[in-house]
Amino acid sequence: MAVASSPGHFMLAKLDDVARWAQSSSVWPLTMGLACCAIEMMTVTSAEYDIARLGSEVFRSSPRQADLMIVSGRVAWKMAPVVKRLYDQMADPKWVISMGACASSGGIFDNYAVVQGIDTIVPVDVYVPGCPPSPDGLLYAVNLIQQQIREGGRGGILSRS
Amino acid sequence: MTMSTQPLTPEIVSQEGNAMVLSMGPQHPSTHGVLQIMLEIEGETVVKAEPEIGYLHTGIEKTAENLFWSQAQTVIERMDYLAPESNSLCYALAVERLLGITDGIPERARVIRVLFMELTRIASHCVWLGTHGIDLGAISVFFYCFDLRENILDLQEAAGGARMHPNYVRVGGLNGDLPNGFLAKLDAFIEKFPGRMRDLRGLLQANPIFQDRTIGVGILSPEAALEWNVTGPSLRGSGIGYDVRKAFPYTGYDSYDFDVPVRSEGDAYARFLVRLDEMEQSHRIVEQARRRLDTPGPVLIDDPKVTAPPKETIALSMEALIHHFKIVSEGFRVPPGDVYQSVESPRGELGYYVVSTGGNRPYRIRTRPPSMYNLQSVKGLAPGNLIADLVVILGSLDPVFGEVDR
Ligand code: SF4
Repeated sequence: MAVASSPGHFMLAKLDDVARWAQSSSVWPLTMGLACCAIEMMTVTSAEYDIARLGSEVFRSSPRQADLMIVSGRVAWKMAPVVKRLYDQMADPKWVISMGACASSGGIFDNYAVVQGIDTIVPVDVYVPGCPPSPDGLLYAVNLIQQQIREGGRGGILSRS
Repeated sequence: MTMSTQPLTPEIVSQEGNAMVLSMGPQHPSTHGVLQIMLEIEGETVVKAEPEIGYLHTGIEKTAENLFWSQAQTVIERMDYLAPESNSLCYALAVERLLGITDGIPERARVIRVLFMELTRIASHCVWLGTHGIDLGAISVFFYCFDLRENILDLQEAAGGARMHPNYVRVGGLNGDLPNGFLAKLDAFIEKFPGRMRDLRGLLQANPIFQDRTIGVGILSPEAALEWNVTGPSLRGSGIGYDVRKAFPYTGYDSYDFDVPVRSEGDAYARFLVRLDEMEQSHRIVEQARRRLDTPGPVLIDDPKVTAPPKETIALSMEALIHHFKIVSEGFRVPPGDVYQSVESPRGELGYYVVSTGGNRPYRIRTRPPSMYNLQSVKGLAPGNLIADLVVILGSLDPVFGEVDR
């Protein structure tokens, strides 16, 4: 962000940059816990990891108020339509983190019951490896999303997904 | 309880006669996972509740049939993900019984198994208490609980290499001995625990709002509890002191000194108190196990049929190399037979019925998941209560859906 300040206390910036700065510092995740990874997703809000430092501690239970979907765990075929529907209900611009081996690829469950990678049903921005990924891994993924927004990816004043 | 292959009715609300049908879940912050409850309500009062499960069906039992005996443990640990050690221990005990090596497990391994069973119970109850608190609007409990749990995860990571699914307990013993510095960390935890427990009790136990929300809510009579096959803290909250650790001791639990907390009220508050007391009893067991850990010893059975030779010998002897290769590439074989083994997991009686046909893979593994049986009782508990109380009832039963749906 190009910001100029003077003793008169005003700042100059592009509106888009300001919007991106605001957006990237308040990426609100959807409360959607699926399996084991969801526990690590909860851990990320605890005092030890404190996702509030990134402005993402506001887990929203309604998809209408959320910007970020963290698919935390294995998605059974029965759950897949629900996940897709939740994604569709989220307002643009929106981001998706695929947390853990199961969400990314089916993980160790290569069988009839588990969706082999949720990128077959929703577009994914960041994959976090691990089973489960450590909370640091998830923090880093949120960081990457913020970086994408600041550097001109989806988001900003003009963006529609 | 129903289980279809497709999600039920996309319509969230519908009208049937006089009652309104409301679908709670599968995406709901208070269902503790992916549970759907079809509620018939009149005003705010629940008339009928029908849990619909299967949103996390992972096919774990089927997957396990295609893996070696030792590999199956990896998927089995992912059932009850809040207490991985209870799954792996129960499975290991079952396979060891089939192999007939139960008596050969080294003493140190048995002590460490007990240690981790109890640590994982504390960690699991921490998650339960934290989320139960959040459901009722008490957020600070969550931070205290997860801080305590973090210490246990550190211990797990030190011993097994992973925070949540360490796969540390193996058939025949353990994956390895405790690392250097572990006991110091354990001592620090043992020291920290009582104070933290006082904090936790101070936050909720006498809190008037918490008491208002839980006392007299979701009363489970002892008869109903037995009828629904409820076990664990939920059963002990209804006045029946059944605990697998006392009734059918395993891994040397009979040599530890601990009490089984029982309350007779049967409401959500009683279940809450039972779990808090249980955490303290677990701490007692952890202390006793810690004292037995000063004597070193082997942690894996020395049985060539089951375990590979030590890594150091491989470079020196051809036989050891072949033996190691055999165990790693083919796994071990288990004599034909079937066995049911149960342990007391943080949620109740967790059991595995394991069938072998003599091969190197399990023929069938059937789980008795305590959460599922406990969850059934919602059907009987919910009617007559408010929707808001349903959240309390669910939380007080502490279901884990990885285990319910498997
Ligand atoms: S990646 Fe591992 S921890 Fe995450 S949901 Fe899958 S099995 Fe559980």
